[in-house]
Amino acid sequence: MEKFEPVIVAFCCNYCAYTAADMAGSKRLCYPPNIKIIRVPCSGKVDAIHIIKALEKGADGVLVAGCLEGDCHFKNGNIEASKKVTYIKNLLDEIGIGGERVEMVLMSAGMGERFAQTAIDITKKIRVLGPNPAKSFTPDKASNDL
Amino acid sequence: MITAERKPMEELIECLRPYHRILLVGCNECVTVCSAGGRKEVGILSSALQMAFMKEGKTLEIREITLERQCDPEYIEELVTDISQAEAVMSMACGCGVQEIAKRFKEKPVFPAVNTSFMGASEQQGVWAERCQGCGDCVLGITGGICPVARCSKQLFNGPCGGSTTGKCEINPDIDCAWQLIWDRMKALGIEENYEKNMPPKDWRTSRGGGPRTIIREDLAK
Repeated sequence: MEKFEPVIVAFCCNYCAYTAADMAGSKRLCYPPNIKIIRVPCSGKVDAIHIIKALEKGADGVLVAGCLEGDCHFKNGNIEASKKVTYIKNLLDEIGIGGERVEMVLMSAGMGERFAQTAIDITKKIRVLGPNPAKSFTPDKASNDL
Repeated sequence: MITAERKPMEELIECLRPYHRILLVGCNECVTVCSAGGRKEVGILSSALQMAFMKEGKTLEIREITLERQCDPEYIEELVTDISQAEAVMSMACGCGVQEIAKRFKEKPVFPAVNTSFMGASEQQGVWAERCQGCGDCVLGITGGICPVARCSKQLFNGPCGGSTTGKCEINPDIDCAWQLIWDRMKALGIEENYEKNMPPKDWRTSRGGGPRTIIREDLAK
């Protein structure tokens, strides 16, 4: 059987996780290529609709990475983001897709190792969960609706 | 604003199970403000429904549209083209919007995606509370701007009941006692004498007691 390679969309805050990913690269740390990074100005900018659209378009998992508690450059964007993640987790549970496909993590810009480890962990977790059950949806059709 | 909450997904999925092409209609008015049925909520629900059906191996074609207002026939008319291609309609507006669509497009099944709750105000981001019951005979001028009809659990008109404790309602300790609020406000305004005035029994005919209501402005009506 062909090995399942999950697609994981990671919304990374410019001030922490995105820089941490950069740091991971500078340190030559290995992490799975399944993580597709989208840089955002703050994790608080990530809305429920971004997370669910990523899943609808075929992502198997979504990671939202924000600053450590109290370190948000915009005061509480990370807290707001975690509330939206909880909302989407509940919605995914309701429709049987599974809220565990979405995770919120906090880290600082210097935590390259943490980013690499998070990427490894979530890839492992999604691999166990299997492909997104809604993945067979034709992406072309979805884009027409937008 | 009129507040609403999305219905459980299970209920929505069951409504749409027989159909393959649906029109999901949002409203830019009250339900947008209370984050229940605006453009963003339409997008989220559309994705959620798509995924729920894809999981079952069924493709549901969803067209999304958000009208300026669903409670006005002029805006409902904008649905003509899209609705002709849909087998059913799901509306994210309040009950008024759902009924307007049902009235205009008699041949299309229409389902509500939200439970319309109450006329309320925003207490803080993400929190809405009931403020008005549309009784048709406003007493806010006498009660210091706090409504005993909507905010007193027992709709009392002459002071609090015996269940008012430290400013909270006995029905739910999270709810402020309306009459405590009224008294505090009267004191702040220096109109405590209003509290002593005996308010006569309310004539509920202006409320729902007289059946469904209609307002006719002769100068505007055709």
